[in-house]
Amino acid sequence: MFLLEVNPLVLPDIGLVFWNTIAFLVLLIVLGKFAWKPMLKAIAERESGIEEALLRADKMKAEIAAMQNENEALLAKAREERAGMIKDAKETADKMVSEAKDKAKQEYDRIISDAQLAITQQKNAALTEVKNQVGTLVVEVAEKILRKELSNKAEQESYIKQIAEGVKLN
Amino acid sequence: MASRTIKSLLVLCLSLFTMAFSGNVFANEKVVQTEQSNPAAAHEPAAHEAEAFNVTETILDHIKDDHSWHLWGHTSLPLPVILYTPKGFEFFSSAKFMNEHHEEIMYKGNFDYKIIEGKIKIVDATEAVDVEASKGLWDFSITKNVASLFVSVFILLTVLLTAAGAYKKTGITTAPKGVQSFMEPIVLFVRDEVAIPNIGKKKFAKYMPFLLTIFFLVLVNNFLGLVPFFPGGANVSGNIAFTMTLAVCVFVVVNLSANKNYWEHIFWMPGMHWSMKLFLAPIELIGVFTKPISLMIRLFANITAGHILVLSLICLIFIFKTVYASAIAVPFAVFIGMIELLVAFLQAYIFTMLSAMYIGMATEEHHHEAHEHEGHKNVAHH
Repeated sequence: MFLLEVNPLVLPDIGLVFWNTIAFLVLLIVLGKFAWKPMLKAIAERESGIEEALLRADKMKAEIAAMQNENEALLAKAREERAGMIKDAKETADKMVSEAKDKAKQEYDRIISDAQLAITQQKNAALTEVKNQVGTLVVEVAEKILRKELSNKAEQESYIKQIAEGVKLN
Repeated sequence: MASRTIKSLLVLCLSLFTMAFSGNVFANEKVVQTEQSNPAAAHEPAAHEAEAFNVTETILDHIKDDHSWHLWGHTSLPLPVILYTPKGFEFFSSAKFMNEHHEEIMYKGNFDYKIIEGKIKIVDATEAVDVEASKGLWDFSITKNVASLFVSVFILLTVLLTAAGAYKKTGITTAPKGVQSFMEPIVLFVRDEVAIPNIGKKKFAKYMPFLLTIFFLVLVNNFLGLVPFFPGGANVSGNIAFTMTLAVCVFVVVNLSANKNYWEHIFWMPGMHWSMKLFLAPIELIGVFTKPISLMIRLFANITAGHILVLSLICLIFIFKTVYASAIAVPFAVFIGMIELLVAFLQAYIFTMLSAMYIGMATEEHHHEAHEHEGHKNVAHH
């Protein structure tokens, strides 16, 4: 206590304590409500916004990478498919060509054989006709000759003889 | 090397300039003093010269609170005096304590008042202090420190409300601008370097307004105390009443937010033998009070010491009674002033950090296992 009395510097004045308490409380309340709260809130919001944006960017990056991978995979697959398709097409084409060739050959063969058949048939028919006509002609000629020949009896007999000989030949 | 030479040259120029300047001022003041305030002394210059220069008194005068705010020469700003006596409240201007010759006189209100050593006392007819009556006198005057405190409150409100308003205006998507960009790093510093490390991520938000207000109030008053002229010059943060009020606020906040765990560690330290518990309880209990008291004394002593140092260096000029002493005194005073700038920030930081630390200790969650492990380890070592 003696020290307090001696040194005026360490003796607090009630007036300053009183006003200081008021000033501090006023600052605490006013600044707390109108300065610190909006400031801290805004800063926190901004920070969370930045954090979110960063997270989102990372996510996007990952997504883009995934998409790129996917694209590449798709491309590779497409390439493979195309190669496969080209191969298939070639095979099909070759097959078709060879098939067509085969078919054409078959047709050709068939046509030829048909033609040959028809020719043979026609030939046979023609031959038969010729034979028939020749037969008829022969019969007519023979008839005429016979008519003429049969007018005398000798000749008629020689002729029958002749025919008989002929029948034996056939 | 070149910049160093330029710096020393600058210091030299500054010292020479200050020497010349202070010499003039000093001379002028002397003339004014002899002409105005002490007409009697003008006839006896020898007596005036003989009046010894009292360093202690000069320094204390600058550090102490005052009922008027000294501006320059013999001009000072009178401040309102508010007194509470058994006869009720009384309001008058502190100019009433001075006559036209700048001499301290008695003021007759409900009682007879006079300023004795900077404090208002009730005096009797012979102008001697009436000790008994003075005990009933409560001085709520707006003193120089109170006025300076109000200035700092005004500055804080203006600056911080402007900064806070900027968030509303520009939103959170734009980068901070102007005052806002100046304040935001400090607020972030208090949050990230002071509050979160000491109190923890879970609970710090509740104490942020308190810590920020303390930090800015101490900081602004520290800086205003370094300004040698109006509206600075008052030694608010180096006044024990100011630091005591803040320390009491910290004490109240710490003890109101203290949890069961904290009180258990004070009165019945877990993981100790019962005799040790009995021994530790009073020590821990004293600790509850020494923490805020250390806050109070640290800030007061640091700021006051800095001011005393600067004033002492300046006083060298008057002690040696030669302007050439300023060649040494002024550069040193500037150097100490630079250090004081650092101390102003540092002390605001330390006050806030220790407050946060005490709050953190009071709100810390229970972790007995750690203590018990330590105990086992100690046993093992023994």
